[in-house]
Amino acid sequence: MAEPAPLSYEGVAAVAPVSVPYERYSSKSAHWWLLKALRGLTEAARIRPDQIDGLAVSSFSLHPDTAVGFAQHAGLELRWLEQIPSGGASGPMALTRAARAVQAGDAGIVACIAGDTNHIHSFRRMTAGFSRFSLDAAYPYGAGGPNAYFALLTAHYMRRFGATREDFGHIAVCQRQNALSYPFALMKSPLSLEQYLGARAIAEPLALFDCVMPCSGGEGFLVMREDVADGLDLGGARILAAIERHNAFADDPIQFRGGWARDRESFWHRAGVSPEDIDFLQTYDDYPVISMMQIEDLGFCRKGEAAEFVRCRDLTNSGQFPHNTTGGQLSTGQAGAAGGYLGLVDAIRQLTGASLGRQVPEARTAVVSGFGIVNFDRGVCASAVALSGCGG
Amino acid sequence: MTDPLPPPPKRNPQRKTRSALAPPSARTRLGIRLAALASAGRLELQRCESCREFAYPPREACPICLDDDLEWTRISGGGELIAATVVHASADPYFRDRAPWRIGTVRLAEGPRILAHLHGDCETGDRVRARLHLDKSGQAVFFALPESDTENMGDDRQLREMTNDPKHRRVLITDARTPVGAAIAEALADAGCRAIFAGVSELWRRDEQLDRISAQPIVEPVPLDLTDTESVRECAAEYGGKVDILIHTADYLRPGGLVDRRGIAMAKEEFETNVFGFMRLAQSFGPPMRARGSDGIDSASAWVNAISVRALSSWPAFGSHSACHAALLSMAQCLRGEFAGSGVRVVNVFSGPLETDWHDSLPPPKVAPARLARDLIAGLRRGVEDIYVGDVARDIASRWRDDPKVLERELTTGEEIDG
Repeated sequence: MAEPAPLSYEGVAAVAPVSVPYERYSSKSAHWWLLKALRGLTEAARIRPDQIDGLAVSSFSLHPDTAVGFAQHAGLELRWLEQIPSGGASGPMALTRAARAVQAGDAGIVACIAGDTNHIHSFRRMTAGFSRFSLDAAYPYGAGGPNAYFALLTAHYMRRFGATREDFGHIAVCQRQNALSYPFALMKSPLSLEQYLGARAIAEPLALFDCVMPCSGGEGFLVMREDVADGLDLGGARILAAIERHNAFADDPIQFRGGWARDRESFWHRAGVSPEDIDFLQTYDDYPVISMMQIEDLGFCRKGEAAEFVRCRDLTNSGQFPHNTTGGQLSTGQAGAAGGYLGLVDAIRQLTGASLGRQVPEARTAVVSGFGIVNFDRGVCASAVALSGCGG
Repeated sequence: MTDPLPPPPKRNPQRKTRSALAPPSARTRLGIRLAALASAGRLELQRCESCREFAYPPREACPICLDDDLEWTRISGGGELIAATVVHASADPYFRDRAPWRIGTVRLAEGPRILAHLHGDCETGDRVRARLHLDKSGQAVFFALPESDTENMGDDRQLREMTNDPKHRRVLITDARTPVGAAIAEALADAGCRAIFAGVSELWRRDEQLDRISAQPIVEPVPLDLTDTESVRECAAEYGGKVDILIHTADYLRPGGLVDRRGIAMAKEEFETNVFGFMRLAQSFGPPMRARGSDGIDSASAWVNAISVRALSSWPAFGSHSACHAALLSMAQCLRGEFAGSGVRVVNVFSGPLETDWHDSLPPPKVAPARLARDLIAGLRRGVEDIYVGDVARDIASRWRDDPKVLERELTTGEEIDG
């Protein structure tokens, strides 16, 4: 199918990356975490809140408010407003939507924020009423969350492609190494492959360190024209290419690939770079198998070969294939919708040499991908952006 | 192959009875449709009338052509288990308490994929049979079984959560003096029950049938008179905490409608047993059964009502009896509501006229009590909620589902139902 090539995103920058330090449980509301991120954006960019005229917000725990309710709570007067309920795919989606608004002149400075609070029972309640399909056909089967569905597709992936627990463990162990230097990671102690393999089973073949820990947190960045960013003396990232694809490969009996695979070629063509040019990769790592799918579907290796690909590479920030520079959600924690921003926000920091943890050497070009919303038996949202550093 | 289920160990009276928990029960209205199918042991999925594709989970329009004309269509349930997992940790209290628990992804022959609870004899790559079952919440779930029956299949730990198999359970029959009560007692003795409490009013009054069933070593005749509140209370005080399955067979049956009777003395007798007797039972046996819905492999499991199919629509020659049984059906629905979340299922066994004295004027087909007993036990093993025994009950039920008003005309105009 011949689709017209999208316009480029030139002239737009993502700047002022902000992370609100995560907490396992919080008595605060989602609004507090989002407002904390918003405040962080104004401080990082040295702007007043009334200079923000566009807002994109993602949160699972904003209820009963929607984006406009939050905007009133925040005291923002806006001419562009977006709510992106796409979970782990939200970060790249917010960035590209905001970039288009800025290019078109519909907004001047867009705040993109994501955040969630985690009360003691938040996660269970959120998964219990997640979607219609989940209510009727998934939640009654007892997983009490996505672990069992990802156990099924991990088991299938292992049978089909020969990946082993050790391969998944290598991803988790390298990410933990990255997390040790990232100040906001909730996991503070080193993780060995033996510890990974010996951890208690959650849903076979998944064990404890294959699963993310739900927590509270917020993430955000600003999108504006590059010349505006220069005027504010802000370095940032520009978008080389972006894709999103929802409900792709719906006929696959069980998920072994995501929407990225549909658009891989045009993505690299538009980005003007190739996978070998990428200095670090941020995948959405709700489970290691999903990171492997992204490595394959984005073209870093062929389908079914990600296990071999990661096996012979050092995935830490000082290794030859830096992957999930904060430790990813597996080691930082999954702060609800902020999990869909985590990799992107740190990518902006890494590309501007402003990493909070170990800096990836000579980080100039990166790919960030997102994956979200287990509506029934698989994640249905896929997104990705290729970025390069600019300005500053 | 499943290991045969050993008899449950004797209970330690100092241990807490496990709280009655149920799995998640929230469903959409279309999802509840699956429960209606499961309650009768049927299996259907939506199929688009335009493009003929099957769809699942339940939805409002065809995902291929967007036509909203989706017809619930019977399917075989055959499929392949393409992935399986053992869940060790769940945030849901019911499953947390029952871990480890196996589920899997089945690709149905008709196309859709489903999540399903797994029988222990199903492995990845196997051909399996998917069925709809009611779980302990009373909602529908898919359960995948081996393609053909395996030894001790019903003893599978997960399957037993979905069924009401009488094996190793203790049963109270509310009136074992009726032909149906006696037939059920005899059939249950062969079904692996641990004890049968045979409720009998005026226990001193012996007869041949009572002597015959009492001769079974697991049968214990117990005094129970449904017209006497004290009698019901005393029986529940003694046996209420030991009843895993209650089978309500008491029935006061006399012919006659409204206009040709003189006075309401007869109707009072009928309602005393059939309506108020049920209320007494519910008040006395409801609370102890409801509290024991998760009490091990011999938990309280089912409350069964033998109901005349006349409950669905009045049959004027037995009009007063029809009214009692309509009330009984309504009370059974109420009991379902009051048992919700307890894991105890309310099962209705509908039958047409039974082969008993008060139906001697009716032509066949009539239901032999032994047939009702056999179908009842099969229904308990299958885990269904509505059982229709015999041709008359199935015929009336199908006409009632088709159009209750037409059925009313058929039954009240005095015309034979024919064609």
